[in-house]
Amino acid sequence: MLLQIHEPGETPDPHASDAGHAVGIDLGTTNSLVAISRDEKPEVLRDERGNGIVPSVVAYGDDPLPLVGEAARRMLLDRPEIVVSSVKRLMGRGREDVQRLAGLLPFEIAGEAGGTVRLVIGGRRLTPVEISADILRALKARAEAALGVTVDKAVVTVPAYFDDAARTATRDAARVAGLEVLRLVNEPTAAALAYGLDKGAEGLYAVYDLGGGTFDVSLLRMEKGVFQVLATGGDTKLGGDDFDHLVAERFLAERKTLGAPAPTAGETKQVLATARLAKECLTDRTEGSWTVDVGGVPTRHRLDRATFETMISPLVERSIRLAQGVLEDARIDPAEVKGVVLVGGSTRVLLVRRRVAEVFGRPPLGDINPDEVVALGAALQAEALTRGSDTLLLDVTPLSLGIETMGGIVEKVIPRNSPIPVALAQEFTTYQDGQTAMMIHVVQGERELVQDCRSLGRFELHGIPPMVAGAARIRVAFAVDADGLLTVTAREETTGVESRVEVKPSYGLAPEDMIRMLSESQEHARVDMAARLLIEARVEGRRVLNALRPAVAADGDLLNGAERAVIDAAVARLEKAIAGEDRDAINAAVAALDEAGTDFAQRRMDRSLRVAVAGSTVEQLSRRIGADKA
Amino acid sequence: MGGAALRKERDIEATAPCGRCGGVMPVSADICPACKALLPPRAADHFRRLDLPIGFELEAKTLERRYLDLQRRYHPDRFARGKAEDKANALRHAAALNEAYETLRAPLRRALYLIGLLDPSRIKDAAATEKDPALLMEALERREELAEAMTAGAIDAVLARAARDAEGVVRDLAASFARRDLAGAERLAARLKFLDKLADDARARRRVLSAG
Repeated sequence: MLLQIHEPGETPDPHASDAGHAVGIDLGTTNSLVAISRDEKPEVLRDERGNGIVPSVVAYGDDPLPLVGEAARRMLLDRPEIVVSSVKRLMGRGREDVQRLAGLLPFEIAGEAGGTVRLVIGGRRLTPVEISADILRALKARAEAALGVTVDKAVVTVPAYFDDAARTATRDAARVAGLEVLRLVNEPTAAALAYGLDKGAEGLYAVYDLGGGTFDVSLLRMEKGVFQVLATGGDTKLGGDDFDHLVAERFLAERKTLGAPAPTAGETKQVLATARLAKECLTDRTEGSWTVDVGGVPTRHRLDRATFETMISPLVERSIRLAQGVLEDARIDPAEVKGVVLVGGSTRVLLVRRRVAEVFGRPPLGDINPDEVVALGAALQAEALTRGSDTLLLDVTPLSLGIETMGGIVEKVIPRNSPIPVALAQEFTTYQDGQTAMMIHVVQGERELVQDCRSLGRFELHGIPPMVAGAARIRVAFAVDADGLLTVTAREETTGVESRVEVKPSYGLAPEDMIRMLSESQEHARVDMAARLLIEARVEGRRVLNALRPAVAADGDLLNGAERAVIDAAVARLEKAIAGEDRDAINAAVAALDEAGTDFAQRRMDRSLRVAVAGSTVEQLSRRIGADKA
Repeated sequence: MGGAALRKERDIEATAPCGRCGGVMPVSADICPACKALLPPRAADHFRRLDLPIGFELEAKTLERRYLDLQRRYHPDRFARGKAEDKANALRHAAALNEAYETLRAPLRRALYLIGLLDPSRIKDAAATEKDPALLMEALERREELAEAMTAGAIDAVLARAARDAEGVVRDLAASFARRDLAGAERLAARLKFLDKLADDARARRRVLSAG
């Protein structure tokens, strides 16, 4: 092999540090990112053009494999009906929830009442978990391409305010994509981690995270490497997308007065894209005008920053009130907060920055890119969990957990903002003489009535011995693990009859769905395997090229013109093969280059090593060099 | 003849073999020094769990430090690469620490827990509010005061007075516990519970006012 004529250590072996790489993934509503951390230095993994952001957009075309990211977003213009975006908003939600969701969803919803939501896209019926899994697969592939190794472990971030159903759905999506989730980490915690480790900051910090679709605000204490979430709040239906919707509605209203026809679902997406552009422009400029060109009727729309701010002010104020509520929950005065971390692209909106600064009495921290800060923190945590570190994340339950009692009243078992993991139990009793079974209905939320809370699941405890009402002692134990996932156990204390469930949210995945998706992911695995072999072939090809180039530069005088031309041709062939998709072509080109360079390698060795090679082949010698290296 | 008396140099700690690797493990340890196996948490009251003396007076800083040090040792993330059994035990340790920390952190919960710990025959949840006519009277007056507060300033005044009174009650609680006057502690806890609830309601009212 050509490489082996090099001095040991001269060419870095791209496989040298392969073992156990785990990535951090920010699975966002609008954009997703994947990052890796080595020696506590996190970096976002980018494509060949340096883009770190993968738009959370998937297109389901005629090809069996979907398009994800920028390529899918470009499809919005030509074939909007096959494109899905903002799927995160649907994670862990039921059909009824989805229909109540503000902002028209431009695709057809299927699925029976109370069951799993399915979106009908390009003739396929897909659950939000499957769509999220496709985004995660793309992130996994990007990481593997950038690192040249297989990636199968990740820390995935979720909004602190995500309920149990949404967390479970996220974990399921990762599993379908072939990723083991080391830990689900709350987004604000990840952001604080990125800031905290970089700066060694101690004290109280607030994290204000306004993303595309969700808003979170959290209060954290950082001390000696421990990140303790004191309180968290937010709104899963408030985000920068809502700003876009307001602007789009304004543009559409203006079009209507101009007599333009009502837009189709696809055209609405184009108007939204223009609205987003307008929003982004108004951060740097005080006014502008934009053209909406759909349905054959182009219209021009002016908007200035002051008007934009008046439009979005009610939404911004809603976030500010939530922030104040979190401070009150934790009994913290804004003046005690040492810094405010901004997360999410929507915090670039000037009104947001201004209001946050006013409430906390200080300008917010924003020197880490707010789009990347969460992924960077997740990567740090992935490294901490695989390599070990002194950093510790202590999270809290975002919402109270309880069970339904007589009359549809919620009895809270674990209050909101309890540090996790947590295990708490309460005793309940029967309400009828001779009652032998009891329905345990697990709910999540702050309201008193079951109907106002979110149903997480129901199960029955059977085999209670017949007793008079109120005599049975049924202990219901709730356990929330470090990821925020809940297990509920019910046990009749006088007899020891026990029933146990891992709460599967009613709106999550049915077990048969999970099985189907896992089998599908095995089919995908074959495709994934081919992709992996291609990656490996490319890595090998680049390694050979990297080895050869400096050799030719240093000892090119050992070659005559014809020999040089043969090697140059082989190099060109390999470069072309690496740029292509054909693994066999790459391997053949590597072999050809090896062949062409054998004599050159021999001559170089004679010169540079100045060792007697009497009777030795290149192979034997290089083995000896390898032994010296080890 | 004075025989050479044995002088005690130091306590030699009892040891037991580790259930997993069979290595020597001090009985007081719950992590095997050799194979890092983690034992399940032992039964302990919340004070002992956090290595604190049993008593009402407790420095917030001390509690924090103990809690964080122990979480650093036992949190499941510390055992992310460990065996399933260790992870499960870590979860139980961390949950037990969280429960102890949550119980001892706020003076009211600490007081109620301590009363039950010192005298299990006493009803933990003080229903004494109804029994204490003086407290009932005070509750009535101060609820009215809050109901009449129509400005953020007036609500803040209610809040400030409740906070001042609560501080006083916490001082009195410490004195009661020092005297082992558990009946007195129970009465004071009932008053603290009322003051906490009043403050919660006042904050809720201020939120409604500012949102409306």
